[in-house]
Order: sequence, then C-alpha cells, then structure tokens
Amino acid sequence: MNTRYNDVTAVTTRREGSLWRAIGHLEGPQTIGRGPLFWGLVSLAIVAAAIYPLFADAWTVGNAAYFMVWTFMAMGLGVVWGYAGALSFGQTAFFGLAGYAYGVLTINIGTAYGFTIAAILLSILLAGLFALLIGYFMFYGRIRGVFIGIVTLSVTLVLETFMAQTAGPQWRIGEARLNGFNGMSGMPPLTIPWPGGDLALFPGRGFYYVLLGLVVACYLGLRMLLNARFGNVLVAIRENPHRAEMLGYDIRLYQTLAFGLGGALAGLSGALYTAWGQYITPSSMGLTAAALPIVWVAVGGRRDITATLLGTILVLAGFQSLTIYGSQYALVVMGSLLLLTVLAAPEGLIVAAMTGARSLWRRARR
Amino acid sequence: MALFQTAFAMLYQFGDAFAFLVISCAGLAVIFGMMGVINLAHGEFIMCGAYVTATVAREGLPLVVAIIAGAVVAGLVGMVIERLVIRHLYHRPLDSIIATWGISLIATQGVLIVLGSTMAGIGTPLGAVTIGGDSYSAYRLVLMVAAIALLAALYLLFYRTRFGVVARATIQKPDMARALGVDTGRMYGLTFGLGAALAGLAGGLYAPTMTMVPTMGATFIVESFVTVVVGGADIFVGAAPAAAILALIRATLTAWYGQLFGQIGLLVAVIVVIRILPGGLSAWLKRGSR
Repeated sequence: MNTRYNDVTAVTTRREGSLWRAIGHLEGPQTIGRGPLFWGLVSLAIVAAAIYPLFADAWTVGNAAYFMVWTFMAMGLGVVWGYAGALSFGQTAFFGLAGYAYGVLTINIGTAYGFTIAAILLSILLAGLFALLIGYFMFYGRIRGVFIGIVTLSVTLVLETFMAQTAGPQWRIGEARLNGFNGMSGMPPLTIPWPGGDLALFPGRGFYYVLLGLVVACYLGLRMLLNARFGNVLVAIRENPHRAEMLGYDIRLYQTLAFGLGGALAGLSGALYTAWGQYITPSSMGLTAAALPIVWVAVGGRRDITATLLGTILVLAGFQSLTIYGSQYALVVMGSLLLLTVLAAPEGLIVAAMTGARSLWRRARR
Repeated sequence: MALFQTAFAMLYQFGDAFAFLVISCAGLAVIFGMMGVINLAHGEFIMCGAYVTATVAREGLPLVVAIIAGAVVAGLVGMVIERLVIRHLYHRPLDSIIATWGISLIATQGVLIVLGSTMAGIGTPLGAVTIGGDSYSAYRLVLMVAAIALLAALYLLFYRTRFGVVARATIQKPDMARALGVDTGRMYGLTFGLGAALAGLAGGLYAPTMTMVPTMGATFIVESFVTVVVGGADIFVGAAPAAAILALIRATLTAWYGQLFGQIGLLVAVIVVIRILPGGLSAWLKRGSR
C-alpha cells in the first residue's frame, strides 16, 4: 500500500518535473537569447504583433499573414540544415505536396465540421511521412553532405515536372482537377466551426491571428525541442557524426527524424499557403521556389531558430518592397545577397548582428 | 528485318540518352570529382555555352567553331568565378553549393533582363538519315560519337598528360604536391575552368536541338546530378557505367511510358542506388578490383 502511494507521487513528480524541464529548455545552449531582457523583448514583439492589425488596413494584415505562412518552412529548414547539418534543397517538395493534398481533400470533402483543420493536419502528416521516406533512403544509405542537397533538389524538380504535365480531365482525384501547369484553385479557405455559423478565414485579421498563434507556438516548441536531448544530439551529429556515433547515438535515426520534422513543417507552410491564397501551382516546387527558403535561412542565420525566424520575415518584407520597384531585379539581388552572406558573414546576418550586439552590451556593462 | 528495325530504334534511344547524360554531366563530374565542389551554376555554364554558340553560328561561322567558342567562353567565365568566389570556400563544401546557387540565380535572371526571355536559335544541322525504313536525326548520331570521344579525351587528359598527373596529385595530396613545387591554386583554377568549359561544350553541342531560353540550364540539371551521384566520387571509373545504366533505364521507360516516367525512373534509380551502394558505382567497382 505504502509503496503504491510512493509510486503515484513518483509518477506525478516526474510528470511535473518533465513539464518544468520542458519549460526550462526554452533557453539553453542551442539557442541564442536568455534572461529577462530577451524574454521581455520577445513578449514585446508578440504584443506588438497582436495589436498591429488594429492600426493597419485589411490588405496589409493579410500580407503580413502571408509572410508568416512561410516561416514554418524556414524554421523546418533551420532544424534540418542549421542544427542537423543536412542541407536540403527540396523543402518545397513537401510544401507543394501538402499544398496539393489540402486542395484535394477540401475540394472533395468540403468545410463541414471544421474539416479544413483536419485537412491541414492530414496534409502535414502526408508531407512528414514523405520526408521520413526520403530521409530513410538518404540517411540509412549514409550519403554525405552535398549529395543530400542533390537528391532533395531532384525530388522537388521531378515533382514539379510531374504536376506540370497533369493537364487534362484524366488527371483528377475525385472532384479535384490537378490542372497541370496552371495549378489547382477553388479550394475553400481555412474554416473554423463556430456557434452561429462557421468562420471562413479569408486573408485578413482572423487568419492573421491564427497564424500568429501558430508561429509563436512553433517557435517556442522548437526552442524547447532543440535545447532538449533531441536538439543536443542533432548538434553533436552536425559537429562530428563519427563522435556522436561512437557515443552510442543512432545518427541515422536522429537525422531521419529531424528531416521528417522539417518536412512536416514545410507541409504546414504548404497547406496554409493553399488555404491563404486558395490556389497552388507546380512552380511552387520549381528551382526558383526551392532557392527561396535557402536564401531566408542562410541570410538570417541557420544555426539559431530566432535568427531564422527574424531573417525570414525581414528578407520576405525586403523583397516584397523590392518587387514593387521591379520584380525582375529581385532575383538578382537575392542571388547577390546569398553570395555576400556566404563570403562575408557565413553565420548569417542576423546572427552576426546579435553576437555583435551582445559583445557591445557586455562592453558597455564593464 | 523488323527485328533489326526495332533493335536499332532501341539502340538509338539508348545512345541518345547515354550521350545526353555523359555530355551534360562531364563538367559537373570533373569539378566534383577533382575538387569536391558541387557546382549548382552548372546549368548556367551550359546556358552560357549555348548562347555563345548560337550567337557565333548566326554570324555565319561554321558550327564546330561556334561550339568551341562557346566552350572557351564558358571556361573563361568559370575561371573568373573560381578566382572571385569558389577559391574562398574550398574548406566549406556546403557553403560553396549555396554560393554557386547564388551565382545561378544572378546569371539566369541577369540574362533574362539583358537578353530577353528568348533568343533566336539555330536549326538542327545534317538533316536525317534513313536506316531500315525509319528516319533518324543525323546530328543526334554525331552527338553519340561526341560523347564517346569526350570520355576518351578526358581519360587521355587525366591519365596521359602532364596536366592530368599534376591535377590528380593536387587532388589526392595537396600538401605533397605543393612541396614538390606545384602551384595548387593555379591547378584548382584550371580544373574549375575545365569543368566550366565542358559545361559550355554541352551547351554548344545541344544548342541546335533546343529552344534558347535563360532557364535552359535547368533541363540538364537533374540528369547530370543524378549521373554524378550514381557514379560516385571517382568520376573516371563511375561516370561512364552510371550513364550507361541510367540511359538504359531512361530509354526503356521513355519508350514504354513517355518522357516523364523516364525522369521519375532516374530518380527512383538514384534513391535505390544510394541505399544499396552509398559510395556510388565507382566505390563498388573499386572494391571489386581490390
């Protein structure tokens, strides 16, 4: 009797312990930023983002939501490339797959009973499983760094070619026509069941708040994961795969799981993108599209999730303002930015700025 | 006679795919095999060679001269880029991929801005030959010969000339080569230039068969990367058998199911190969010979 009682308390304390430990992992060795000042800034940023729609018109808010749609794919690439050290060029394959899956599911089944949410979850699952499959072949085949980039790039380019030739009425899944190069459209937006009529979230305030919540949850969740054992092992693999293996970790399993997570996050972006604009085209998996996540993550800084998030939003915003002046130069500038980052600040511009700010802060305190 | 006809048609399909894989992957394979750098701007060097070839050929010079001009210009551009960018990134292979991708974005879009979305091409020369009742493009038969000649020339260059010996020494033991008085920096520059020139040659050879658009390099990318991955690190051992196997897969699938399944077949083949033979064909062949 007594022992049983002890067991129960042991279990509950362990559970509470793991919860506290998870919260404690919000800061740690694998992420930049700790202490009250950093979390004060984070809270300030969240509050600013939350009240921002009150001062902006609907188009600008929808546009800001569009930026946030992409951050999941960027953070996923940050985990795969920056933390696990496997450079993937093919995140757009999972993005596109989930985007098409969302379209096919919602066009066939509709929006009743909040099915669009289930469709997003199913699309993420599909993208994640596909990434696990590709990851299994790559990491259990033990292919080296640069080859991972080639295989993933080939996957996304072949998917693009495949989807581009699906024109014609014979290419349909149920009600959904794939429409080849023109892409699929007409799927319903994200719809939330609500007493007194469902809420259809067209680009605007509602969609913005849903995305803001998702970005914050995803960011904090990834911080906890990366500072926990999983993230530490990933970094150990990135720094020295042989050492990690000799210490007894199955590096193939960890890399495959990280790749699956990255694929699932790219899938989240893809499903949300399709829900945001109600269309998806094969070019979302093409060469140019595949280059974009690399640019965001490289320019921001791949080895820190905060830098990845900030870099993605800044680069996206920068390029949108650039496209207003001439869209044809945007890609040239993007390529130059990539070159400049690799040659001058390989850690990424945001990381360079953050470490610079920290050393300034320390010097000022001295 | 009908049997001969079918057999020749299959052989032609195979030879066409083989030539395409060998010619398009040669430049990439030299740069990767000798320097460990994956050149994502490979397609843009091909595009450069094709554009120069088309321009020179439209000036009225013979096609052969035009193709050589395309290769030379692409090689020179490659040497400049090696000097400015790649040289700083030899110890960071992943960053060199990113940098060459940046170059690729700038080149594709830059050409689009400067020269417009399309350029007048040149027609396929030499007409057609009729063999056993079916007619085939004579130029594509020339390309098959060119692919085999290219393999032979590369072999001779790297195994029978002074340049080849010094280049291989630089790759295998850079410190030792430097101690023996080899200017390794210059060798890296020349090797990258050679790879770029081979890409330009690919562009020149295929220029008469393609539409000239700034994104034409992308047509070659998947095929050439797949060949290099299946071939493995040692390009002289791996590239030719890899191209032969992949050409067989692609020709068969294309003949039965169409172009797209040919490409998907290549992708499946590469994924299966890396799972079974992680070092590619060259590692497997070398293990067998030991």
